[in-house]
Amino acid sequence: MSDTQNLTLVQAVRDALYTEMQLDEEVVVLGQDVGKNGGVFRATEGLFDEFGDDRVVDTPLAESGIVGCAVGMAAMGMRPVPEIQFSGFMYPGFDQIVSHMARFRTRTRGRFTLPMTLRAPYGGGIRAPEHHSESKEAFYVHEAGLKVVMPSTPYDTKGLLISAIRDPDPVIFLEPKLIYRAFRGEVPEEDYTVPIGEAVTRREGEDVTVFTYGAMARPTLEAAESLTEEGIDAEVVDLRTVSPLDREAIVDAFKKTGRAVVVHEAPKTGGLAGEITAIIQEEALLYQEAPVTRVTGFDVPYPLYALEDYYLPSVTRIEEGIREAVEF
Amino acid sequence: MNVFERPYDDPVRVLDEDGTVVGDVPDLDESDLVELYRYMKTARHFDGRAVSLQRQGRMGTYPPLSGQEAAQIGSAYALAEDDWMVPSYREHGAGLVRGISLKRTLLYWMGHEDGNRAPEDVNVFPVAVPIASQVPHATGAAWASKLRGEDAVVCCYFGDGATSEGDFHEGVNFAGVFDTPNVFFCNNNQWAISVPRERQTRSETLAQKAEAYGIDGVQVDGMDPLAVYAVTKAAVEKARDPDPVRPRPTLIEAVQYRFGAHTTADDPTVYRDDDEVETWRKKDPIPRLEAYLRGEGVLDDERVASIETEAEAQVAAAIDEAESMARPEPRELFEHTYAALPEELDRQSDALEALREAHGDAAFLEE
Repeated sequence: MSDTQNLTLVQAVRDALYTEMQLDEEVVVLGQDVGKNGGVFRATEGLFDEFGDDRVVDTPLAESGIVGCAVGMAAMGMRPVPEIQFSGFMYPGFDQIVSHMARFRTRTRGRFTLPMTLRAPYGGGIRAPEHHSESKEAFYVHEAGLKVVMPSTPYDTKGLLISAIRDPDPVIFLEPKLIYRAFRGEVPEEDYTVPIGEAVTRREGEDVTVFTYGAMARPTLEAAESLTEEGIDAEVVDLRTVSPLDREAIVDAFKKTGRAVVVHEAPKTGGLAGEITAIIQEEALLYQEAPVTRVTGFDVPYPLYALEDYYLPSVTRIEEGIREAVEF
Repeated sequence: MNVFERPYDDPVRVLDEDGTVVGDVPDLDESDLVELYRYMKTARHFDGRAVSLQRQGRMGTYPPLSGQEAAQIGSAYALAEDDWMVPSYREHGAGLVRGISLKRTLLYWMGHEDGNRAPEDVNVFPVAVPIASQVPHATGAAWASKLRGEDAVVCCYFGDGATSEGDFHEGVNFAGVFDTPNVFFCNNNQWAISVPRERQTRSETLAQKAEAYGIDGVQVDGMDPLAVYAVTKAAVEKARDPDPVRPRPTLIEAVQYRFGAHTTADDPTVYRDDDEVETWRKKDPIPRLEAYLRGEGVLDDERVASIETEAEAQVAAAIDEAESMARPEPRELFEHTYAALPEELDRQSDALEALREAHGDAAFLEE
């Protein structure tokens, strides 16, 4: 049993980067303010001093350049870990992500592969300025060739980020900045992996199955606990990876209760909840006792912060969604 | 000498650091000079209050402008009423000159959508947070003015970091190709958060980037309000009334410094030295203009004191007004998404109202 440390989620990000950079010289971090500043959320704190300017690189302010250069490095066999400061600023790099990062392997019939991990904090609830709070994982899930990971605990964050860095294919690693420092968890000091593509059950329950991921895992668990007072016993499944989805875990957990709720802060239309609903329809129609309830962000641009608490799924909204599925 | 024919690394200056005249003083009335000074003092005072509002939890993240008043106010003052300003997110001072009230600026940073809506008669685009994304908009707006045979010039603001973005290149390149009536005003404040100007480009100046687009480029001392005014005025006039041989668009590099943090979420002591900050503080644009105006007999102790009092009162009133605004109604989340709200959005809005009815607002608010 190795030693553990009590880390926040953002410290687990930093620990994963540190761990992999020590083990593999081909791992480099590049982005805006990742160097001397240690990242605007301190996710790369101390790495510049430890590994130097060649491996922890402050780039010009250009997301297409950051992603595109990482594609080039990865094509040569390095393992770049580009950071985009907020997921809302990924769009200048979007062309590189969808036209190249996702497709180099396919287009070259495997001659080139891209073992790169694009990190970005995502999500709302921190009273941030405009364009700093979106949750647009569905864009990347829609793009074949990418894996998309969204952890919710410090332990998973380190293990999944190490998996992502070692993965032969490109991974988009979206970090729930709302809970970067919300709580601590035990994280092994050694290197370990949590497999990409595996969901985990956070709470066992008999009446209804709630699927969620990232920052919404906490309010979802809170809602599940509070509903025990009403005699509702909810199972909570944390997807952890949203592409590829853990189809088997989704179907098994659903069959157990025949009722499902999906919680995500991304907008409703075109969101992951629709995909999970379709999987249930395809694989477990005869088990279905109620329509799948979606508790999500609304189909509007993410608001400035005065109204963000109304936009984000609150514990109350999640409880209502669960009741709806149970009472149908 | 024509300001557009200078070497790129020879910034236009009118006042030195002590306020002594070292260049051609632009033709401004005494009342205009006092206005420039008053706007700069107001912007500086506003900035200090805004930072402390954030510190006290009364406002969200805020990007300070202290040190950059000359660049903002000198340039905005050179625009005509029908001209347009396309800002990034730090141009509260320029916005004030153009008619964006301090209250509206506060509302934006307090998270109210109304803060992003300029009054109908104010020619200012919305705040653009994604870096350089506003540059092509400015070119398009100027292009529209040209195609319609109008006189309006469009002045676009962005920082040194923005010159690394693709959107900067594309917007300025289009301006060159279509010879649009644009002024591209680069606030080179030396730092893109923690990344120094030298990390953005190997070019010795940002002004020289104009060369490759075939447009004019000029460097100006961005902490000299009179130089900024003079250069912007010349660029605006050339954009409006095309010179037979010169391109209409101009790239202005205003060399300056942000005294404070990138935003209130930033700690600049991590990445830059106090000595550097002190060196630039000696170039502070406000004492510089004040010294000149005192020397000219335009300002005296009494006038300065009354301007300070007015600025304090104006800012205090704006804060009172902004803070007295009620939280917006949750229905406003949905408004303006489309000209006509689709049925599904109506349903979502109604569902939210039903939940509020059933559980009360306290069930939603995280405070």
